Amino acid sequence: MTEHANTSFTNPTALSLLKKRRASETRFRLLGISGIVVALAALVILLTTMLGNGLTAFQQTQIKLKIHFDEQVIDPEGKRDPKVLSHADYRKLYTNGLYALFPDVKSRRDKSELRKTLISSSAQYALRDVVLEQPELVGTTRELWLVASDDVDMYLKGYFTKDVPESDRPIKDITISWIEQLQHEGRIDKKFNRDFFTNGSSQDPEQAGILGALVGSGLTLLVTFLASFPVGLATAVYLEEFAPKNGWTDLIEVNINNLAAVPSIVFGLLGLAVFLNVMHMPRSAPVVGGLTLALMTLPTIIIATRAALKAVPPSLRDAARGLGASPLQVVLHHVVPLAMPGILTGTIIGMAQALGETAPLLMIGMVAFLVDIPHSATDAATVMPVQIYLWADSAERGFVEKTAAATLVLLGFLVLMNLLAVLLRKKFERRW
Amino acid sequence: MTLSALTLVIVLLAMGTYMGRRHAFKILEGRHPSELHSRPNYHGAFVGLYAALPGAVILMGWLIFEPDLIQSMVMAHFNIPEGPTMTEQVMVIMNKIKIVAAGGQLMGGVSEQITIASQQYNELKSVSFYTLMGSLFVVLSGAMSFAYMQLGIESRVRNKVEKVVRVILIGSSTLSILVTLGIVLSLMFEAILFFGQIPPTDFLFGLQWSPQTALRADQVGGSGSFGAIPLFAGTLMITLIAMLVAAPIGLLAAVFMSEYATPLVRAWVKPVLEILAGVPTVVYGFFAALTVAPFLSNTGQAIGLHVASESALAAGLVMGIMIIPFVSSLSDDVINAVPQSLRDGSYGLGATKAETIKQVILPAALPGIVGALLLAVSRAIGETMIVVMAAGAAAKLSANPLESMTTVTVQIVTLLVGDQEFDSAKTLSAFALGLTLFGVTLILNFIALRVVQKYREQYD
Repeated sequence: MTEHANTSFTNPTALSLLKKRRASETRFRLLGISGIVVALAALVILLTTMLGNGLTAFQQTQIKLKIHFDEQVIDPEGKRDPKVLSHADYRKLYTNGLYALFPDVKSRRDKSELRKTLISSSAQYALRDVVLEQPELVGTTRELWLVASDDVDMYLKGYFTKDVPESDRPIKDITISWIEQLQHEGRIDKKFNRDFFTNGSSQDPEQAGILGALVGSGLTLLVTFLASFPVGLATAVYLEEFAPKNGWTDLIEVNINNLAAVPSIVFGLLGLAVFLNVMHMPRSAPVVGGLTLALMTLPTIIIATRAALKAVPPSLRDAARGLGASPLQVVLHHVVPLAMPGILTGTIIGMAQALGETAPLLMIGMVAFLVDIPHSATDAATVMPVQIYLWADSAERGFVEKTAAATLVLLGFLVLMNLLAVLLRKKFERRW
Repeated sequence: MTLSALTLVIVLLAMGTYMGRRHAFKILEGRHPSELHSRPNYHGAFVGLYAALPGAVILMGWLIFEPDLIQSMVMAHFNIPEGPTMTEQVMVIMNKIKIVAAGGQLMGGVSEQITIASQQYNELKSVSFYTLMGSLFVVLSGAMSFAYMQLGIESRVRNKVEKVVRVILIGSSTLSILVTLGIVLSLMFEAILFFGQIPPTDFLFGLQWSPQTALRADQVGGSGSFGAIPLFAGTLMITLIAMLVAAPIGLLAAVFMSEYATPLVRAWVKPVLEILAGVPTVVYGFFAALTVAPFLSNTGQAIGLHVASESALAAGLVMGIMIIPFVSSLSDDVINAVPQSLRDGSYGLGATKAETIKQVILPAALPGIVGALLLAVSRAIGETMIVVMAAGAAAKLSANPLESMTTVTVQIVTLLVGDQEFDSAKTLSAFALGLTLFGVTLILNFIALRVVQKYREQYD
């Protein structure tokens, strides 16, 4: 009788067992949810950190100064010779403007502080460009917005506060009092940071921009695409459509799968040994970087292309064969065009991986500090991820926001590329 | 220079293609198109290929051999003593010559010998350029007119073109083997040079890693020791931490998504999780250095623990986050491959969902999951940027994850970034490390792929 009671569902012990089992069921379910929540939370924290640190970099502090384009200073001979104009002392112009704005500053030490701390040293080049563009300005006086120094920028964005003892922050009390006066007069304001998108890298955070890295990334990706897409397509077509099933093609297949999982830094070592040491190609150049990345993305493209080709139904091939097309015509005129959306999707994903890759490019010397914007694939260049790596290593506080902003730009490009891949797949997805 | 040669080849190719096509139409005049054996496009391609292939071969050969040839001709006038620094001296002098030849300025003036050499360099360069262009033009137009003569109404050009295309296809698929061979050979070559100086046993079992070698013979304390055990230990520690994060979270996420989630949740969560895999590793590295490491260090301080500002823990945690999508999507596939009949059988016996998962599905999927975890481990071992930016470069043999640690990949980067001495044990050791890394990940991948494949076949 007792045995029977234990297995019945109405028995109290069985009911309590059932309750336990249900509780364990809920616990397990919650555990699963918590796994997903943790992973998603990590993503959210990552993105908010980047946004929180990087968004401010899209704005730049500028100071409005009354600049007197003193003929005595920039063009004493009055000939408006561009050579003289481009080598003149523009620093003095804004220094004079500052002295005029703060007439109470008398002591030598304070004057030197005033000269150095408020305005970025890049302002002299900005002034030079203005004068070279409009030489008629010489002798006149204008109100101009000039880029503020990195420390002022950081102070206004709230990265330093007045509460910290003076010795512990890079900005002195007297400078803060000047900033407050400027704020009071409405002469200091945050504007859109155009320099960030039009400059190359720089030692000074307020002048550092990402254009050089963007161009370098573009050139590198172009080389990667040109080298990997045709070869990847040809390999996939051969393996999927023509290759006999034998030991050699098996070997190739195993190889491609293994190559897809080789650490990226090993490809960097290959690039260093083969392209630089054996073939003597130029160091730091996008050609070498692109070729190295091409070897890395090749397996991705091949695997995706093969999947796309496999999805084209055999009946299409048979029909084309029946109409008298040669094997190559079948593939080139019918199978590959039909598989193209899938092939492109895979290629875009491969390119996105290549865009984010850093380690192999460190190996071939794309870590040089470069101010110039590269013009061709053989110029020394750097790419976005490497620029991020270099800036992340810099000590100045101003580079933190620049680094985060650069990661935002990089992530933006990646999102665009992946979106394109998804759209392609959605638009051309078809069922046979 | 290369560009103009390439342009010449492409122009000749386009011309050949056009002429071949036009020729086909000319033969056809007045006849029915079906009388032509191959379509006009093939006639064009036939002539074009006769331009492109020899052109590519000549250009390739020129690119590979020309710089060395010119260098040896220019260097013949310099007296460079043979010795270990010979290649470096040659490189320095060549660089100077190239700068002067391009009209650049050198620091501290230019010696007369260099000026003469740079003139010679420029002359040689232009001679080689005209030779290349001339030979390209002569050979390609010769080949093209030969091809042109063979065209006729009955000529089987389609078969010939297809044969060539096939060879090209086979050639590019062989490239993957060549890349692997290139990796192995280049790593091997340099590693053998390294092992000529340092015995392999010292490398594999030594406990001391300090690759600073003496630049001068009389320098103190610069003998360099290349015991890689601390690097292996560091790699292992960081990989372990990463897997401790990624394995449970990834597995739980996979189980939830394949067994519990509604299709809508699945359609949203899966791609969002995969974003984690698409974030560049340098961004993770920055995140680790900017946020995670200071957070750990501050928390450690608050509870009285010393946490280094660059710790294995920070790098491992962030790497674990990066690996979650690998584990989850691979395990997801494996769990989905478990046949429904097993689940139904378990439910039929009265088991709850959790019991079914724990006692039926996971054991059935275990080999596949192990394979997925192995792939993730190999990913973690090969990861570079996160550790470079967050785990430090000091090779310490320690079991404390709160200390700064270094890994194989970090050492490869630190050894090869910046100024390098050629053929020194320090530089070469990077290739020995690379070889080890390549070998270990290759074995792991091979086992993992095998396990996953074998398991997949079982239920079909």
